[in-house]
Amino acid sequence: MNNVLKWFTRDSFILPVVAIIMGLILGGVVMLIGGYNPIEAYGALFTKVFGDMYNFGEAVREMTPLIMTGLAFAFASRAGLFNIGGEGQFLVGMTAATFVGVKFAGLPIYLHAPLALIAGALFGGLWAAIAGYLKAARGVNEVISSIMLNWIGLYLANLIVRQFLLLKGENRSVDISESASISLTWLSELMGNSRVHMGTLIALVMAVLFYIYMWKTKQGYEIRAVGYNPNAAEYAGMHVNRNIVKAMFISGMLAGLGGAFQVLGVFHYQTVMSGSPGTGFDGIAVALIGLNHPFGVLLGAVLFGTLTYGSAGMSFAADVPPEIIRIVIGSIIFFIAAQGIVRWILKPFYSKRKKEKVL
Amino acid sequence: MDLLTIGQIINTTLVFATALIFASLGGIFSEKSGVTNLGLEGFMVFGAFAAGIGAHYAQEAGMGGTTSAWMGVLLAIVLGVLVSLIHAVASITFKADQIISGIVINFLAAGSTLYLVKLLFEGSGDSPLVQGFSKFDVPFLKDIPLLGEAFFKNVYPTTYLAILFVFLTYYIMFKTPFGLRLRSVGEHPSAADTVGVKVLRYRYIGVMISGALAAIGGAAITLTTTGTFSHNTVSGQGYIAIAAMIFGKWNPIGAFGAAVFFGFSQAIRNYVQLFEWSQSIPQEIIFMLPYLLTIIVLVAAVGRSSAPSALGEAYDPGKR
Repeated sequence: MNNVLKWFTRDSFILPVVAIIMGLILGGVVMLIGGYNPIEAYGALFTKVFGDMYNFGEAVREMTPLIMTGLAFAFASRAGLFNIGGEGQFLVGMTAATFVGVKFAGLPIYLHAPLALIAGALFGGLWAAIAGYLKAARGVNEVISSIMLNWIGLYLANLIVRQFLLLKGENRSVDISESASISLTWLSELMGNSRVHMGTLIALVMAVLFYIYMWKTKQGYEIRAVGYNPNAAEYAGMHVNRNIVKAMFISGMLAGLGGAFQVLGVFHYQTVMSGSPGTGFDGIAVALIGLNHPFGVLLGAVLFGTLTYGSAGMSFAADVPPEIIRIVIGSIIFFIAAQGIVRWILKPFYSKRKKEKVL
Repeated sequence: MDLLTIGQIINTTLVFATALIFASLGGIFSEKSGVTNLGLEGFMVFGAFAAGIGAHYAQEAGMGGTTSAWMGVLLAIVLGVLVSLIHAVASITFKADQIISGIVINFLAAGSTLYLVKLLFEGSGDSPLVQGFSKFDVPFLKDIPLLGEAFFKNVYPTTYLAILFVFLTYYIMFKTPFGLRLRSVGEHPSAADTVGVKVLRYRYIGVMISGALAAIGGAAITLTTTGTFSHNTVSGQGYIAIAAMIFGKWNPIGAFGAAVFFGFSQAIRNYVQLFEWSQSIPQEIIFMLPYLLTIIVLVAAVGRSSAPSALGEAYDPGKR
């Protein structure tokens, strides 16, 4: 019991919670200034997500790719890398999964779907590994190379869809074959025919694997060591460059898998896109809310997904522009990042607690 | 392909490069002072938004096209500086992670500008169309073959302003005491502090100039190419500006060159149908070419980055 209490009063728990509350309050203030009723708006937001099974299922679907891109960003961060290329890795993974899903028709379901998932993860990983390799071998800043790879990935995805997979007369690929689908019909029917899929379960498993790998294995220790202090890691005999490439590869695998989920579980085809979907960038926010910890990322994705998906209900029922949610999310990250501000606000409470201890 | 087309391509290149030049110069001011600025995209969005509504209301108030456009630029500068203070307070005073703080700016920009546009214009996602800057010809010079077509015909004042700012930035950064101090707090803040340079103050100034310049960049897009502000007015140009800054090794002239390179890549799309050889190549390959080239150039020629050495580190006087 005492341990539980200790956990809840830890800084890494209190600070994000306070940051979330402050973000919601700030969003409320902005709504008030705009002439809206924040209580009504937040009420509509939560009713949208938790009001019926269909919308709840759809919200879960919305969260799933965010978990993956969030995990991707968090993983690279642990190695001291700033993987802004989740967007491109997501798209490349998506395209690889579509390719396998369409072209490898005829495989039995227990081979086809896993193969498509593996292809998504593998190509997402390789895409990120390019940036990792360039950093390790040539010292090219991974931020700039992964921004470039985002654009290249977008056009590459479109190129492959248009050249090899195009549905005649449409601006999208043909449907993947049924055997590659990871949709869960029974769960979908249970949840009001929402598009829930197996990817959500895989995402949860990935979060657990992330935790085990990073904190319970030697390889994970090396990656963290490189992230904390590359010079010290080098001195301790670790291969810094190899760890950089490895961390980027795993990071990209996670993002690529997220892209594969979208095709295999949700849409079952891929469109020719005029711009990137933004899931990779949103994953950065999710990881930051989750303090780059896999379980934090899960909570971050739940929060982000709930707010984003619910914002549609907010605009429908209370007529509040849904963009306000970006302000809320932005301020939550702001308060988490600028912990000094939160500490400063919490100061009265902290000093009180210390006094009690003295007594 | 004739001289006329080459001239037009150069002309369009400069139009597209204008916003990138402003934003990457802004990035240089911030990063030379030691504050990472991933919020350039956000500042550009705020600038594009402010320019759209500023010019709109100035026009409503009866100002002419060009005057109202300048009012838009002015509002963009004001908003850019105000918003940059968020980044400055978080990352300089409260020592927040500078990269995260920059991302926050991008989030806030995407949310609040659209929220405000919908609030101001009864739920519409776009700001009303404004006249913006008009193109003009420079007398006499426009008649020079090729050069006239490229640099002196159908030009916007913002393009000239951007090029002027390149040299201005170079001069300020490398030839004035202010520039020296700004660079010193980005290279070795504790040494600068020892000789009496107010580290935090110079960083604040660097970030504020950065916000203003990036906002002008965003304003240039609204007031020349689109004429209106919507969610996709800026769409990633801030990230390209960051790339241009790194590509140009934090040097104004280098960043200018990189911005022109990216501007060219955008311009070439408008003309690519004119080349016969392009018919047989899928358009996506042409689209990805500039980004591919950037990576190749980075690998081949640029090599190790030359970022300011204290970039990204909060300065804590107590730790000296």
